Amino acid sequence: MNIVVCVKYVPDAQSERAFREQDKTVDRDAVDGLLSEVDEYAVEEALKIVEASEGEVTVLTVGPAQAADAIKKALQMGADKGVHVCDDAIHGSDAAATSLVLAEAIKKATDGSPELVLMGMTSTDGVMGVVPAMVAERLGMPQVTFASELTIEGGSLRARRDGDAASDTIEASLPALVSVTDQINEPRYPSFKGIMAAKKKPVEQWTLADLGVDAGAVGIDAAWTKVIDVAKRPPRAQGTIVKDEGDGGTKLAEFLAAGKFL
Amino acid sequence: MAPVQRLMPTEIGEELIELTRDICAKELAPRVDEAERRARDNGEFPREVFDILGRAGLLSLPQPEEYGGAGQPYEVYLQVIEEIASVWMSAAVGTSVHSLTAYPILTFGTPQQRTALLPDILDGTRIGAYALSEQGAGSDIGSMTTRATRDTESASESDSESDTGSTSEREGDGGAGGEGYRITGRKAWISHAGHADYYTTFARTADSGGRGLSCFIVPGDAKGLSFGQPERTMGLHADIVREVMYDQVEVSADRRIGAEGQGMAIALAALDAGRLGISAAATGLAQAALNVASAYARERQQFGRAIGEFQGLAFLLADMQAAVSSARATYLYAARLKDAGRPFGAEAAAAKLIATDAAMRVTTDAVQVLGGAGYTSDFPLERYMREAKVTQIFEGTNQIQRLVISRHLLGG
Ligand SMILES: Cc1cc2nc3c(=O)[nH]c(=O)nc-3n(C[C@H](O)[C@H](O)[C@H](O)COP(=O)(O)OP(=O)(O)OC[C@H]3O[C@@H](n4cnc5c(N)ncnc54)[C@H](O)[C@@H]3O)c2cc1C
Repeated sequence: MNIVVCVKYVPDAQSERAFREQDKTVDRDAVDGLLSEVDEYAVEEALKIVEASEGEVTVLTVGPAQAADAIKKALQMGADKGVHVCDDAIHGSDAAATSLVLAEAIKKATDGSPELVLMGMTSTDGVMGVVPAMVAERLGMPQVTFASELTIEGGSLRARRDGDAASDTIEASLPALVSVTDQINEPRYPSFKGIMAAKKKPVEQWTLADLGVDAGAVGIDAAWTKVIDVAKRPPRAQGTIVKDEGDGGTKLAEFLAAGKFL
Repeated sequence: MAPVQRLMPTEIGEELIELTRDICAKELAPRVDEAERRARDNGEFPREVFDILGRAGLLSLPQPEEYGGAGQPYEVYLQVIEEIASVWMSAAVGTSVHSLTAYPILTFGTPQQRTALLPDILDGTRIGAYALSEQGAGSDIGSMTTRATRDTESASESDSESDTGSTSEREGDGGAGGEGYRITGRKAWISHAGHADYYTTFARTADSGGRGLSCFIVPGDAKGLSFGQPERTMGLHADIVREVMYDQVEVSADRRIGAEGQGMAIALAALDAGRLGISAAATGLAQAALNVASAYARERQQFGRAIGEFQGLAFLLADMQAAVSSARATYLYAARLKDAGRPFGAEAAAAKLIATDAAMRVTTDAVQVLGGAGYTSDFPLERYMREAKVTQIFEGTNQIQRLVISRHLLGG
């Protein structure tokens, strides 16, 4: 089975992140980026499926030039080829526009007939979690989100979704789109051999024109919502210190009760 | 703390450093404390570290690709060792020792021996121990008494391994047909002993002092091989060391590496390269100590300001930084000589001397920077300090490094 894995290049959460003054979008030049960690699970799952049967794994990213690093990491892990959709007009796109570009790129990458599309359940920067559902909708495919276990059997798949109180097992016919959680597997690290092999793997560069997507349909001006202001969260206020004068326990209980913790 | 600035000679070198940092942060760092404690208390050996590093290809960076290595220059390999050491010293030393055990096979083995032995070693399927030292023969290895005697029943045996047919088929069958050697003796302070899959063993084949030694690869499950209790060491606990006892251990002739009598030359050549690994590891350890100390000096307030604002302490930190920088520069210089195929023995000995002395001083001073906190195990510095000490002792004490350097200088 051939699998397309959508991956996102996100700012490294370890570093100080900033927004651009002019349009309140993330300043990507100011921070180091990396393959969104949750997407590593999607890549790993795709590699496992292909290793157990056959087929090719294509990693697809929509993002600025630096996003090539996300593809590189996935290729180093073992994916077969990459597609990088890069176009200045995409800057500032919202989830709906991003899903449009992804859906068109998936179609083009699979000659119009994708078999299985995998994604992380959410990006580690935007944390919207809606793009998988939107892409599935655009492709007219069953959407199976938040999968913590996935098995492929013939023309269908089974996935386990873990809720707070219960786990469901879902069956869907293929082709389908599945978003995965960080419970589904343990992503592998690249290896020296993987790093060397990745250098020879093909990565295609596409623009909106290559996908036949109208530049007016995406980007910051087409976004349904706009960020008007960004403010840092104020530093946390000093905590309350309860001095124990023999009644420490009572005071502590009162404090917790006041906050409705008890 | 910003990571160390590294000038890597190639893009692949940069990518390997990135991979190493990733694995160190996510796989090694979370394991260190628990694994060191279990090694100290129960003698448990963290074998999984070798699996993790082996899978990533980091156990075999300097060896040629033809045998499963990565074909990387020492300039890259050693900086990877340094990065590992800055997170887990025992893991870095283990990686270096593992390379040391493969060195004789790679450099002095026949093509058949290399093909038969190296692939499993380089991918970490089999890990090695380097059995050279003895209770009575530490610095003075020429006085070793472990003896390898030719099996007398053996039919007259050709000296040329290539004439004895397929070596790989006979792997592990320990001298079939009585052809080969029997090793008897005792090795001391052997890293990985009892857990290694093979022992690169040096033993006496003739009574001619240093010229009577030979090198053998002894399988870990060989009959007659046994081990002492793990030594109670000062630190570096996950580097389990103990005695290795050989009682009439049979080794086939095709597991002798190099010629009879070549053992001393092989051991010393392996140590020249191995010392670079120890130098890099010591540098990483010193860097780790410096990182903890400088972060603390910025935070800790006394007399109404950060202690780092007192020049008496700021200059101590500056000296620590200078020591780390000179250690790194010195081992990298030796590495570049080696990579260029030039003689590098004296420079490797100097690197070992400088880097390990730097590690001892920097870790000791780092404890000083933290004061009482540094002396407790709430911070890793007391551990770093104990780990630094052994780097001045193994793979040739620092006195022996001076001996090596002065012999290069003065001859003799
Ligand atoms: C944790 C650990 C791991 C080890 N791992 C291994 C291993 O894997 N394989 C292995 O084979 N060995 C290993 N060793 C052994 C180590 O290499 C020896 O301890 C070391 O070579 C020193 O030998 P020694 O202990 O017998 O000291 P000695 O040789 O007895 O030296 C004692 C002191 O005398 C000094 N000295 C000796 N000769 C001279 C001289 N000519 N001039 C001036 N000073 C001199 C030394 O510098 C030292 O200070 C390990 C040791 C330790 C502690």
